[in-house]
Amino acid sequence: MRNKTKITIRDLTKVFYKKQGSVTALDDLNLTIGDGEFVCLVGPSGCGKTTLLRILAGLENTSIGEFTIATENEERPLQSMVFQERGIIPWLTVEENVAFGLKMRHTPKEIVEQRTSYYLKKTGLDKFASLYPKELSGGMKQRVSIARAFANDPEILLMDEPFAALDEQNKFILQEELLSIWAETGKTVLFITHSIDEALLLSDRILLMSAQPGRIVQEIHVDMPRPRNMEKVRENPEMAAKFVEIWKHLQEEVQQSRQEEA
Amino acid sequence: MRKDETGIRYDPFEVEQREWKRRQTNERLKQMLTIASPVFLLLLWEVMSRTGMLDIRFFPPPSAIVGTFFSMMSSGELVTHIGVSLYRIVGGFLLGVIPGIVIGLLMGLYSPVRHFVQPIVMALMPIPTLALLPIIIILFGIGDLSKVITIAGSVFFPVVINTAAGVINIDSIYLDVAKNYGAGRLNFFLKIALPGALPVMLEGIQMGQAIALLTIVAAEMMGATSGIGFLIWTSYKAFLLQEMYVGLILISFFGYLFSVMLRGMQKKLIPWR
Repeated sequence: MRNKTKITIRDLTKVFYKKQGSVTALDDLNLTIGDGEFVCLVGPSGCGKTTLLRILAGLENTSIGEFTIATENEERPLQSMVFQERGIIPWLTVEENVAFGLKMRHTPKEIVEQRTSYYLKKTGLDKFASLYPKELSGGMKQRVSIARAFANDPEILLMDEPFAALDEQNKFILQEELLSIWAETGKTVLFITHSIDEALLLSDRILLMSAQPGRIVQEIHVDMPRPRNMEKVRENPEMAAKFVEIWKHLQEEVQQSRQEEA
Repeated sequence: MRKDETGIRYDPFEVEQREWKRRQTNERLKQMLTIASPVFLLLLWEVMSRTGMLDIRFFPPPSAIVGTFFSMMSSGELVTHIGVSLYRIVGGFLLGVIPGIVIGLLMGLYSPVRHFVQPIVMALMPIPTLALLPIIIILFGIGDLSKVITIAGSVFFPVVINTAAGVINIDSIYLDVAKNYGAGRLNFFLKIALPGALPVMLEGIQMGQAIALLTIVAAEMMGATSGIGFLIWTSYKAFLLQEMYVGLILISFFGYLFSVMLRGMQKKLIPWR
């Protein structure tokens, strides 16, 4: 299954042009991601990882280069994004938020209802279906965001630091919930994170990025068997070594960008 | 254990219950103050007017004003004035609010429209519609229509500005969500732009309502043959100050009533706040 390619990115460059001097956010990026693969992008802030995700999400154009997402089913949308914490719409109820993508695409009513209620139940939100987001905790809000993306049944999922604003306990719980839904659907996921722990727990492959210009400088395969949980990751000496490796890389990147600024 | 020795036992629920009761009493006290303040003002006025501390010719006691109110009501004179003014206020309000919302939404959604219309709005806004009243009367006569148009002209501006601002200030992440999840034009308008702009838009409507009342009195004072403003002006000229106060208090009452109604509508329309 893994040998089929799902996302192909070829010679992708993104420059933000400003009068005072333009910034190369992504520099000649080449990348392929396999079908069903869970890939985490890790890098210092400002390395262009969000830009890459926004380009794939259709929210930003490329300067040059292109990307393709292989389509399996014409009726599916190409991609759905799980946004950071403020990404659920406050004037829609939990249920309306989860059904949002399906309704926007004018999916038949029965299917909307069926998928929405399935993912509401799956994420433990069924009791809160008629509430507005203001009544939910941060963790619950992110469950809505995840349910909305999965209910939309896209070809690939894009996640932009969805757990960054959560407290430690909630983060672990949601990470494991995400893994269990992902395992069931077998979707291809591109996930952005600051957190090395999060990347190790979730990914099949971790891509390390450098800052300005954004490039992928290293690739780390995580072959720890699934299902995984945080305890197993922490106990595994191999994972500890990988943690240190990534940590060192990030340190270097941050130091370097500091020197350049000075 | 130690507590038993000293013979004093604190039940945590009891302590909290006492605290809760104290807060409840406090809340009730505040409510009482809200009700008491207008009553206090009227009482003070009554006493000062009756004891001669206030000149009874300029400040007749509220009880006398109430008496005048009832006699004016029973003669049917007042009912006509109220009916006419309410008709003009509601008509003018709607005639200002509806185009205000439509143009405001267009300005918020389409930046070329905004760049074209904004300077016109900015230039016209500082001109008081009342200053145009002579021209409006020449064009539309001394009847209801000229008042309705004067009110509409004053109400339009706060509504159009707030509606446009409401759309522009929608958090861009919701626009990203709409785009990412494939919202079409109509859905974008109905599910994102309109509800997102609603809170700020309603603030503008609330302001428009206050302006409508300010405008009606002045407009009816300048050129009208009926209405609350007309009543105030003719009573004043005839030095019938009790009748004049009836008119003033009616305006104050309707202002309060409309505010309460709009606030109730606000709660219904934006339950998610």
